[in-house]
Amino acid sequence: MVSANTDLNYDSKIEGDIVVSRLDAVINWVRTNSMWPMPMGLACCAIELMGTASARFDIARFGAEVMRFSPRQSDCMIVAGTVTYKMAPHLRRIYDQMAEPKWVIAMGACASSGGMYRSYATLQGVDRIVPVDVYVSGCPPRPEALLDALIKLQDKVKRTPSAKQLTA
Amino acid sequence: MTAPAADDVTAALTAQFPQAAARPSGDHPAFNVPAAEAVAVLAWLRDAQGYDFLLDVTAIDWAEGASPRFTVVWHLFSTTAHTYIRIAADCTDDAEPAMPTVTHLWPAADWHERETWDLLGVKFAGHPDLRRILMWDGYPHHPLRKEFPLAGIETELPDIEVAEETQAKVIAAPMMGGPFVASNKGEMNLTDAEPRAKDESWHEKKAKPE
Repeated sequence: MVSANTDLNYDSKIEGDIVVSRLDAVINWVRTNSMWPMPMGLACCAIELMGTASARFDIARFGAEVMRFSPRQSDCMIVAGTVTYKMAPHLRRIYDQMAEPKWVIAMGACASSGGMYRSYATLQGVDRIVPVDVYVSGCPPRPEALLDALIKLQDKVKRTPSAKQLTA
Repeated sequence: MTAPAADDVTAALTAQFPQAAARPSGDHPAFNVPAAEAVAVLAWLRDAQGYDFLLDVTAIDWAEGASPRFTVVWHLFSTTAHTYIRIAADCTDDAEPAMPTVTHLWPAADWHERETWDLLGVKFAGHPDLRRILMWDGYPHHPLRKEFPLAGIETELPDIEVAEETQAKVIAAPMMGGPFVASNKGEMNLTDAEPRAKDESWHEKKAKPE
């Protein structure tokens, strides 16, 4: 018979209504689990992004289901698709309007490096105009790959000295 | 109105416009006409011959040094007779090619002519709104001209503020190496984590070897 191990459980009778933790851990816990994406859907990767958000893959399992089409309400810009030079300044302006802290996922070959578009019209990697946190390979990447990128980004956020950054 | 069969169009068109000459064509009847007569020919085809549908307006660049260098081509279709016809006219000026607009005959010509202006630099006289349609306003080149390299020519970004902030430019695209090459060992060098082509023998910072 399996019984729960109660030795390590939080006991409010002993410890009161106080949980001691590090500020970093609390801030990062909040940030990692409510990372609202800015869906920067520019090409076919956006279709996979929609698939990632839908029921089968369900990005809500990682707290990132709230796609915000306003940069002021979003935390993580997912650049899903080919960025042309004509679009690049608009993308940068949208990034600039996002509130700190903010992150960028370059989804797919085009956003990461220009992809197959070695041409006069295509920005050769979105990292030339915005700082990218995670690159996702694929053309387009499968939803699992995007979820993996999101988990990697959450790992990165968990390692961030957020309290120090708040006072800096 | 029913458009006549192809042979009749040839006879009628050469009778109406003696300067029109048959143009080599593998499929549909095609004619070379002088630039000054082009609009009159197209209007006549639309009103008298039933070619009521404008399929395409585009242009040909015969490359630097050729004269005439630019040829504008119109593709027409008759929705009643289901036949096609192609009209071509050479631009008289090789440096600043120009052609009268047909937007007053077919509103559909608007965007086609804007595209031809954008990519090949043919100015359509009388066009109501001749702006670039694919490249941004202020882009200094016409990319489909023969002398324009596929990789592009270095210029400024469309937005000056963003260009100052990011120090990014429109660059000549690297033409060597595949896109987005990842390590086949499953490891990532974190000091150089940005995905770049493995074969970088020729890219924006290193000139193409002779």
